[in-house]
Amino acid sequence: MSAGTYTPRPGAAPLPRMIAAQAALETRMLLRNGEQLLLTVIIPALLLVLFSAVDVVDTGAGEPVDFLTPGILALAVMSTAFTGQAIATGFERRYGVLKRLGASPLPRWALMAAKTLAVLVTEVFQVVLLTVIAFALGWSPQGGPLPVLLLLVLGTAAFSGLGLLMAGTLKAEATLAAANLVFLLLLVGGGVVVPLDKFPEAAQSVLGLLPIAALSDGLRDVLQHGAATPWGDLGILAVWAVLGLGAAAKFFRWE
Amino acid sequence: MSSEPVVQARGLVKRYGDKTAVDGLDLEVRAGAVTAVLGPNGAGKTTTVETCEGYRRPDAGTVRVLGLDPVADAAALRPRIGVMLQSGGVYSGARAVEMLTHMAKLHAHPLDVGALVDRLGLGGCGRTTYRRLSGGQQQRLALAMAVVGRPELVFLDEPTAGLDPQARRSTWELIRELRADGVSVVLTTHFMDEAEELADDVAVIDAGRVIAQGSPEQLCRGGAENTLRFTGRPGLDLASLLKALPDGTQAAEITTGAYRITGTVDPELLATVTSWCAQNGVMPDGIAVERHTLEDVFLELTGKELRA
Ligand SMILES: Nc1ncnc2c1ncn2[C@@H]1O[C@H](COP(=O)(O)OP(=O)(O)O)[C@@H](O)[C@H]1O
Ligand SMILES: [Mg+2]
Repeated sequence: MSAGTYTPRPGAAPLPRMIAAQAALETRMLLRNGEQLLLTVIIPALLLVLFSAVDVVDTGAGEPVDFLTPGILALAVMSTAFTGQAIATGFERRYGVLKRLGASPLPRWALMAAKTLAVLVTEVFQVVLLTVIAFALGWSPQGGPLPVLLLLVLGTAAFSGLGLLMAGTLKAEATLAAANLVFLLLLVGGGVVVPLDKFPEAAQSVLGLLPIAALSDGLRDVLQHGAATPWGDLGILAVWAVLGLGAAAKFFRWE
Repeated sequence: MSSEPVVQARGLVKRYGDKTAVDGLDLEVRAGAVTAVLGPNGAGKTTTVETCEGYRRPDAGTVRVLGLDPVADAAALRPRIGVMLQSGGVYSGARAVEMLTHMAKLHAHPLDVGALVDRLGLGGCGRTTYRRLSGGQQQRLALAMAVVGRPELVFLDEPTAGLDPQARRSTWELIRELRADGVSVVLTTHFMDEAEELADDVAVIDAGRVIAQGSPEQLCRGGAENTLRFTGRPGLDLASLLKALPDGTQAAEITTGAYRITGTVDPELLATVTSWCAQNGVMPDGIAVERHTLEDVFLELTGKELRA
């Protein structure tokens, strides 16, 4: 390289360009990671196919796929916004990626915005894929798209807050273990594939307050039973979102 | 250059719990120069540069970088500086060129990524993900990330740690090119030869304080004198040699036929010694000047080995 190559000419790129570049990179990192894909794509798709075809759990009256699809969509949101984001961000923190980006022209809020965009893009892939599979299995959804969208967005906010709280406070290995464990527990106990009314009465009222239960129940109300707007579930998700994002903003450590 | 210093730290103190990592440190970095912060592991080098980069808030004292407060004015400062962390900083699943291209996109007028990749010999590992790169390749990628945004000032935290000699030379060369193009460079190192070869100014730090600062020449000139050694016929008449040498110079036969001259060893002294040898029919075998190094300076100032 010739003389003058490195002559200083500093400057930040325009914000929209930085955020777009960061979101694109974050999305590529998510989609390139095998374990993440297992969690976000393969497990939800397999569960949907398996439990629709084989009557393992009693899903109540109606087609199993009509009961399962809303739960699996909720699971997909949780897998990306919570589990996947917590693990990825935990390791980015551990390997100094968040630290290094902190010295770049990209503001921290813009990094978080880019991460959110990457989560939303991944969720669009997931929803499209799972919807196609569900239709192939004979799914006949009810209700309107607006409450569904609202539920998915609030669910994403709630799970992101909790995932980032975990990633920003625990060690990366602890986040990896805890996020997977929580995923598994909520998969079983959050009304995803096993209806909540299979649990004892006392447990039901507590489990019903979990974000995963609120999301799958809300989606089921709309998509299976044609409800207009499941305010109760939206309210639960909103509280989780405020608590989770608030705590993450307060306690998140970048190093 | 008469311009303002690009880094100015006064009375900087940084503690981690009850451990004081930086203890009243004063540092000034000239614009357009290469400044080395030299010290052993744990001396407080990383803490010092990371405070300049805005990562840590000083517990006492002040820091100004390009005239700005690194914490309060972070948004204005960040685009103007380049940062190479002591380790890490890259997504483990990102490819070298991908990460560098990304950093370039965060800047308004970045360097040409392809040319920089070639310059640093990263062409062969362009598609390898970060976690599979060798330590040296990871170092060079981090260096490239620090300069790709065309900063005015770069902070390089141990830029050559773990590099083989060839890669080390090539990193030195890049740092010289940066200086030639007007970029100010602050680097940390525990290699005294690196500081001597590369730096215009050296700040020697130990236990969180600057214990000496100046050009390598200034630092090496102060303190102990240099030594000239040679071997020859045993029993030379050193008194006659000393008559020809400046006052204060000493000469001794330390073991049979092995001579040591201490004093200001400059070209004149060397010429005097060799011509005296010629007059006396002595072949000064293995004649060698032992320069006073930063290593010696450090030893004198602290009583410790630099690489301890
Ligand atoms: N995050 C930290 N927490 C506690 N102690 C630290 C931390 N970072 C550094 N130290 C301590 O502060 C001292 C200076 O460390 P550092 O600035 O990394 O030195 P250097 O870069 O010269 O090796 C060392 O004793 C180190 O153990
Ligand atoms: Mg260090």
